[in-house]
Amino acid sequence: MLRAALNRLIGMLTVMAIVVTIVFIIVRVTPGDPAAVMLGPDANAADIQALRQRLGLDGSIIQQFISYIGGILRGDLGQSIFLGQPVTTALWMRAEPTFFLTIFSLSIATIIALPIGVASAYWRGSVFDQVMTAVAMFAASVPSFWLGLIFIQTFAVGLGWFPTSGYGGPYSSLGDRLYHLILPATTLGIVSSALIMRFTRASMLDVLNDDYVRTARSKGMSEWRVVVRHALKNALIPILTVVGLTAALLISGAIVTETVFALPGVGNLIVSAVLRRDYPVIQGALLIVAGLYVLVNFLIDMLYLLVDPRVRY
Amino acid sequence: MTDLAPDTILSVRDLRTWFKTKRVTAKAVDGVTFDLKRGQTLAVVGESGSGKSVTSLSIMGLLARPGAIESGEALFRDSKGAAHDLARMGPRGFRKLRGKEIAMIFQEPMTSLNPLYTVGDQIGEMIALHNDVSRDEARKSALDMLRHVEIPDAANRLDDYPHQMSGGMRQRVMIAMALSCNPSLLIADEPTTALDVTIQAQILDLLRRLQEQFGMSILFITHNLGVVAEIAHEVVVMYAGRVVEHAPVVPLFAKQKHPYTEGLLACTPNAERDLDPAGERKALYSIPGTVPPITNLPPGCAFEPRCRYSISACTKVPPQLEPAGPERLSRCLRSAEI
Repeated sequence: MLRAALNRLIGMLTVMAIVVTIVFIIVRVTPGDPAAVMLGPDANAADIQALRQRLGLDGSIIQQFISYIGGILRGDLGQSIFLGQPVTTALWMRAEPTFFLTIFSLSIATIIALPIGVASAYWRGSVFDQVMTAVAMFAASVPSFWLGLIFIQTFAVGLGWFPTSGYGGPYSSLGDRLYHLILPATTLGIVSSALIMRFTRASMLDVLNDDYVRTARSKGMSEWRVVVRHALKNALIPILTVVGLTAALLISGAIVTETVFALPGVGNLIVSAVLRRDYPVIQGALLIVAGLYVLVNFLIDMLYLLVDPRVRY
Repeated sequence: MTDLAPDTILSVRDLRTWFKTKRVTAKAVDGVTFDLKRGQTLAVVGESGSGKSVTSLSIMGLLARPGAIESGEALFRDSKGAAHDLARMGPRGFRKLRGKEIAMIFQEPMTSLNPLYTVGDQIGEMIALHNDVSRDEARKSALDMLRHVEIPDAANRLDDYPHQMSGGMRQRVMIAMALSCNPSLLIADEPTTALDVTIQAQILDLLRRLQEQFGMSILFITHNLGVVAEIAHEVVVMYAGRVVEHAPVVPLFAKQKHPYTEGLLACTPNAERDLDPAGERKALYSIPGTVPPITNLPPGCAFEPRCRYSISACTKVPPQLEPAGPERLSRCLRSAEI
């Protein structure tokens, strides 16, 4: 068990090293001189040269790479050009809404999708199953920004139950901040529940026909116990993968949702950094998002080890 | 239901299990009747598609849709002496009987155990379902059962997962689980089919000894007549959803009263018979033709197209199951001549 976990950890670190290198290369192959682009067409050569120096762009590619790696290892992702603060600080300040938004929407998606998927598989072909198939198709095809706008119109503007946008004031309580997340998290949750729902149904259908489910029935237990303890636990193994992928998608999906709901999260930061060509921020945010992807996958792997004894050895 | 004889544990009467879809009705089991006596083993023999497995699943209430019992009875006497009609039993009633009174072992030991729980958990779960015991007590009983089925080093195997065991070991675990609540009836659906010959013999031997020890009756489903000879007291031969011959085991092997049984026995490989002293191999006998589709049976005897005793009368009316000697029945117009 410990050895398997260690193997996954080494794998994760390897992927991270590759990610760090790719991000470095991507920023370097962006056409044009970042310093010139940032200062605009009116800048003179001396200013550009000064900025190149400040950004560390004047050394050889090897030197740049070494100082870049050194920075990452010290937790230094450089200085934002427009925000007047270190990239790590900017990211850290924006991390909370994105983090909570991802966790909330993933929970909502799973809470909606798992029971419906299981019930659809159990009563396959029933009216319930057919209605839920249609609902899933709908949820999968709806763009999150559209659903978000509809929700704002209905529940915030119309009914006045929730704030239309934002994340509360700078000194608002945690409860108030989370309250601001209900609409955006529900939007993302519904949209991403479709995939998990369909996958749960398919996975349960496979498992319900398995011999050990028949064995469980022959032991004289309730159907609930047969389905949950014997079938669902086995079906969860492939479902976990999809939940992990969904978590990763949510991180990038948050970019759109944060814009619609004006949430000051990482997604919002990335959008404004791209618009203003704030390279250090883009580079840092790319690293964080990629890092979160890798981390989520690592956590899913750990869950695998917990659920399935066959992969422990 | 009072007419269930005191020494009879299971009485299946004119059982019909049909699979109905919008287009066709497959009469997988069509009027099967037999009695199983207390402490005895009744073997149900037949090819794939003969309805033997569907018969056992009907008794156990484990039919998969669209299969359903159309008519007939399956009377079962529980350990307290009360009789139940399994053909009309609801899910609640079955929950109390399954595992505790009637247990089942299946053909595929490799896939019949849940891969995510240890064998100790799975046996213990069965014990805890039907007895008021603590976790520790259930675990101890599970260990006892592993010892009963002669798993070496049982104490250390209790926390093994199924994937850490061989097929034979897993089938022993299945047997341990099935017998853990001391059921009066054990249904064994081809329990040795997926195993090596040497392991088969061990499992059969084990089942025989456990039957003496626990006193349960066994309904043994198989296609292998060699296995029947090892374990059965009585034999029911099925073909295309019907019983074609029913006899005690010794007379049956001495003389078959139905051409299908005769053919089945001739198909069983036999080293002495098939290899003459000169080392020449004789061609292995096989019954010509295949089982007719259950949705499209011939109007007369279902076996007639493959039968070497066939006469024109056979193609007209389906024969009835009729006495063909002491304690035996045959569904053949010419059973007296065979």
